[in-house]
Amino acid sequence: MKALAARRRHPAFLALLLLVALLGVGVAYAGLSSTAPAEAVATADQTAIDEGKRLYLEGCSSCHGLNAEGGTAGPTLIGVGAAAVHFQVSTGRMPMGAPGAQAPAKPPDYNEAEVAAMAAYIASLAPGPAIPTAEDLDYSDADVAQGGVLFRINCAQCHQAAGGGGALTQGKHAPSLMKATPQEIYEAMLTGPQNMPVFADGTLPVEDKQAIIAYIVDLQGADSPGGLSLGRLGPVTEGLFLWAGVMLAFVGLAVWIGIKAR
Amino acid sequence: MSDLTTRDEGATPDHGHSAPEGVNPDDLARPLYEGPGALPAADIPHRPRRSDFDPKAARRAERQVSSLFLLSGLMVVLFIVAYIAISPQAEVYVPLFGVIGAQNFALGLTFGLAIFCIGAGAIQWAKKLMPDVEVVQERHPLASTPHEDVEAEEQYERGKEESGFAQYRTIRRTLITAMVLFPLPLIVLLRDLWSPRGGSLTASPSEFLSTTAWVEGMPIVTDGTYQKLRPEEIPVGGLVSALPEDINEIQEAEHNLNARGKAAIILVRMEPDEIRSQQGEGWDYQGILAYSKICTHVGCPIALYEHRTHHLLCPCHQSTFDLADAGNVIFGPAARRMPQLPIGVNEEGFLVAKAPFAEPVGPSFWERG
Repeated sequence: MKALAARRRHPAFLALLLLVALLGVGVAYAGLSSTAPAEAVATADQTAIDEGKRLYLEGCSSCHGLNAEGGTAGPTLIGVGAAAVHFQVSTGRMPMGAPGAQAPAKPPDYNEAEVAAMAAYIASLAPGPAIPTAEDLDYSDADVAQGGVLFRINCAQCHQAAGGGGALTQGKHAPSLMKATPQEIYEAMLTGPQNMPVFADGTLPVEDKQAIIAYIVDLQGADSPGGLSLGRLGPVTEGLFLWAGVMLAFVGLAVWIGIKAR
Repeated sequence: MSDLTTRDEGATPDHGHSAPEGVNPDDLARPLYEGPGALPAADIPHRPRRSDFDPKAARRAERQVSSLFLLSGLMVVLFIVAYIAISPQAEVYVPLFGVIGAQNFALGLTFGLAIFCIGAGAIQWAKKLMPDVEVVQERHPLASTPHEDVEAEEQYERGKEESGFAQYRTIRRTLITAMVLFPLPLIVLLRDLWSPRGGSLTASPSEFLSTTAWVEGMPIVTDGTYQKLRPEEIPVGGLVSALPEDINEIQEAEHNLNARGKAAIILVRMEPDEIRSQQGEGWDYQGILAYSKICTHVGCPIALYEHRTHHLLCPCHQSTFDLADAGNVIFGPAARRMPQLPIGVNEEGFLVAKAPFAEPVGPSFWERG
């Protein structure tokens, strides 16, 4: 306010004031002439934010702080955006059941409306990635082959070439993508949950994200050519299957050969 | 003299051999070896099989073996029938395996059973009908007898005499020269193991391994979409797989993927105060760090980056690098830190390499020291 007061005598101040006043009158008029819906939306937003804040204080604040400022147990949520809240809470990762290397997915503790309210509250604290729109998630025109290329470059290192997930360091893991919905995939790329890096729109534009989603959806519907997918983890489970299963059968066969006939 | 000494003195005479001449049968009743680890098996009395004394059991075993062989033949016929009759597109539901190609399944099953039945029949034959005697195989010393030694020495001397190897000195020396030179072409061809730039053989392999396509001012582009990058497009916690801008032209000119394999990098961004150390002063750009994507252990491409711990994990052998601490190895078999690429922005605001890699990327090699 001090800065404003100092510039009050500036020659442009009067013109600016006039412009603001005119705009204010125009907006007020427009608002009055269609009061009902606009106010209803605003009130609904505010109700959601209040409800979200109540749910937040109840279920999240013990780790993330009374004002979402974060603490030793959990990071700050200021600026993480509605997309991060929706991803973490609707997949059951948050609230976390117990401290651990990583929050595992589990049945969600909150319904969609409650998640939306919490998302609205967190989004009201500071701007952050919004929940993707239906248009963002429409991957029907996406290039599945290009999605495969981008998946192998950006995602396969942790989630495996077939999306089966894999191990990271010190008990952390990249989850399987076989049950992930397009919205969850989109939000994960946008917000970088837990240790996943952020793939922002600047380096991975919306159409590239849609291509990746189209490829993952294609993978989810893909058959396993060998009959058994073995978790799609690659050589680890295949090797284990051979050692534990087939070798056991061979040992049995060897025992039968060695047994003295009666 | 037989190598096999039978231990079943009480069994039917047509099974096995009697004790060799000059050997006391009582000696054979004792184990040949009584020291540590001796197996008591030789002392177990011989127990005849049912098929040895019961003709009915013998005939049953005969039937079992021949029906296994017949089953194998039947499976081969079924294999051919399945190949002709089942459409390659047909699918079948098999419990545990799910829906799979019917023809493939039938071919594998019948052929597998065909070979299994031959083996199973042969084993059953050996177990039930072939002679069943406990045998001990005698081990003789491996050394030759003095007589054989003398004979070999005589033959060698005679050969030397007859060939004149000692007599014709020039022939001997030229032959040795020829034999020494003979492997040289194979060694010379090893030079082809690396592909020299522009077809010239002047560059040494170690120079080729030590340089990448990164030069000063080379714009950084995204892998896969080849878009130039602005620093503000990479958020904190972000990860981008990237390449030099001219990688596709180099790849086309060299007809191979070597340049791409060496030049692959990852860009990560962290808060500038999270960076504890770097390989050079100011090699980041506002918290954006560029590291080689090629593991220094055996060269796997790695981008398993955990943006909260700043650890980079190699999926092949679990080497872990700390990108917030100059890319140093914190776990695993890698012996060298991950090389860092100094980056900055050009006048158009795009991210570029400020200099080539200061050290060779990828696994160690002989000349690297």
